[in-house]
Amino acid sequence: MSTDLTPAVSLRDATLGYGDRILWSGLNLDIERGEFVAVLGPNGSGKTSLLRVLLGLRALSSGTARIVDEPPGRGNRRIGYIPQQRAIDAPLRGRDLVGLGLDGHRWGTGVSRVRQRRERVNQALAEVGATEFAKAPVSQLSGGEQQRLRVAQALVSDPEVLLCDEPLLSLDLANQRVVSSLIDRRRRSANTAVLFVTHEINPVLPLVDRVLYLVDGRFQIGRPDEVMNSETLSELYRAKIDVVRVQGQIHVVGAQSGLCEDTSHHMHEEPA
Amino acid sequence: MDKFFDFELIGRLLALPYVQAALVAAAILGLLAGVLGPLIVSRNMAFAVHGTSELSFTGGAAALLLGVNVGHGALAGAVVAALVLGLLSRRSSDHDSVIGAVLSFGLGVGVLLLWFYPGGASNKFGLLVGQIVGVDFASIALLSICGIAVLAVLLVIYRPLLFASVDPDVARARGVPVGGLSVVFAVLVGVATALGVQTVGALLVLALMITPAAAAARVTASPLRATVLAVVFAETAALGGFVLSLAPGAPVSAFVTAISFIIYLVCWTIGALRGRSARGVMVTARFSGETAGPAAPR
Repeated sequence: MSTDLTPAVSLRDATLGYGDRILWSGLNLDIERGEFVAVLGPNGSGKTSLLRVLLGLRALSSGTARIVDEPPGRGNRRIGYIPQQRAIDAPLRGRDLVGLGLDGHRWGTGVSRVRQRRERVNQALAEVGATEFAKAPVSQLSGGEQQRLRVAQALVSDPEVLLCDEPLLSLDLANQRVVSSLIDRRRRSANTAVLFVTHEINPVLPLVDRVLYLVDGRFQIGRPDEVMNSETLSELYRAKIDVVRVQGQIHVVGAQSGLCEDTSHHMHEEPA
Repeated sequence: MDKFFDFELIGRLLALPYVQAALVAAAILGLLAGVLGPLIVSRNMAFAVHGTSELSFTGGAAALLLGVNVGHGALAGAVVAALVLGLLSRRSSDHDSVIGAVLSFGLGVGVLLLWFYPGGASNKFGLLVGQIVGVDFASIALLSICGIAVLAVLLVIYRPLLFASVDPDVARARGVPVGGLSVVFAVLVGVATALGVQTVGALLVLALMITPAAAAARVTASPLRATVLAVVFAETAALGGFVLSLAPGAPVSAFVTAISFIIYLVCWTIGALRGRSARGVMVTARFSGETAGPAAPR
C-alpha cells in the first residue's frame, strides 16, 4: 500500500476546548503505521475527546487532524473502535455484535452479501477465540468474553487504525492480558496503528511504543521511560510526583486521586 | 360458555365483509407490531409506546369532537407524541419521567375532550378498549398504506437502527446517525401505535407491540429469529383473539391480551428452564476468577 509511508494519525497544532475551557492545545502528534500509542491522564483531561475528534464526532477548536490520509469524518471505514466493557441487555448474540461491526452502518437489507458476511464474521470470531461462545446471548457472557467480541467487532472491517477507549476497564488481569495481546497481534500482523486510551499503563506497558500524557491542558509525548518518570510527571502535574518501578510495573504516587479512579466515561455523557 | 366455541356462528360471522375487513386490519397490525417489537424491547421503549398510545387516544378524542376521521386524529396524535418524546429527551435517564409527565397530561386532555363529546358511549370507549369490528374499508386502506410505508422505511434503515439500538456508542463511532434514527423510529412506532389504538385500543397496545417481542426475547437472542417469532406471536394474538371474540361478542382486547400473555408465560418458562441448564454448562466450561464487570446503567 502506497499509504504506508504517511502517518496513520497526524495532529498539527491541534486545540480542543468546550467554551472557555481548553482541554489541550498545541498538540502535535504523528502516529506511524504499526505503532502502539497509549493515551494517559486524569479524568477530564480530554483523552476520550481526542478519540471523538479522530472519529469525526467533534471538531477541533483549531489546528488540523488527519487520520489515514483524510480529515476526520463520520463513519470512516478504515478506523476500528473498541469501547470499554459495558452491559448489553438487548437480545443479541456475539456473532450479531461482530456482524454489526462489519456492515451495521449500511442502509438496505444486505441480503445479497449474506454468505460473504458469514465468512468474514466467522473468521473474525476465530481470530479472537470467540467461536465457542459466538451463539450465546452477549448479556450472559463474562466481561472478558465480551471484550474479545469487541476486538473482533473492530477488526472484522479490516481497519488501518484502531482507536481503543479503556477496553481493559473492569477486566481481571488474565483477561486484560488476553485482550491487549489480541490488539497487539493485530498491529504486528497488519501494521495497524493503535491509539489506546487508558488510565492504567501497566497492563499494556510491554506493548507501548510511545505515551501521550495529558494533564490540565498540558501534555508530554515520548517513550514510556521518557514520560513516566518523576521529573516529567511532576512538571506536568505541577506537583510533587514520584514514579516508582516495582517488578517491572510503573506506579505513580502523589498524583490527584483522579489518576487511578475507576470511573467510566461514556462517549455520550460529555458536554456537546 | 358454549357460546365461545360455537363454530357455526363463528363461521357465519367470518363470512361477513366487515368481519373480514377487521381480520385484515388485525393481520396488518400483527405484522407491524411483530416487526417493530424486538427493536422497541432492545431500546427499552415499552413505556414510550404506552405514552404514545395514550396520546394517540387524545388525538382520536379530539378528532371525534371535531367531527373528523377518528383514525386520522389518532394517527396525528401518535406521531406528534412520538416526535415530542423523541426530541424532548435524548438522555435515557430522564426519559421515563418526561414520558410520564407528557402522557398524564395528554390523557387528561383526552378525557376532557370526550366529556365535551355529545355522542354515544361506545364511540368513546372504543378508543380505549378497541373497536376492531368498526373498521371500515377506508380505514383498511389507511392501515395498509401506513403499514407498507412503515415496513418500507424499516427495510432501508433496519441494520443501522439495530446497531444504534443495541450498541449506540460503537454505532456512533462508526458514523451511524444515532439521534436521527431514534426520531425516525419514534415516528414509525407512533404510526403503528395509532393503528393499534383503533383496533385493540389505547390501553392494550402493549399487548401487541411489547408482549410478543418480550416473549421472543426469552427464547432466542438472534435478532432475526426474534423478529420472526414476534411476528408469529403477534399474529396469533391478534387474529386468534379476534376470532375467539366473535361468537360471544365480547371485547377483542380481552382475548388479544390473554393470548399474548399466555405466549409470554410459555416463553418465559422455556427461557428459565433453558437458562438454568445452560448456566450449569457455562460455569464448568469457563475459566475461574472472571469478573463480569459492573452493570452500567442504561
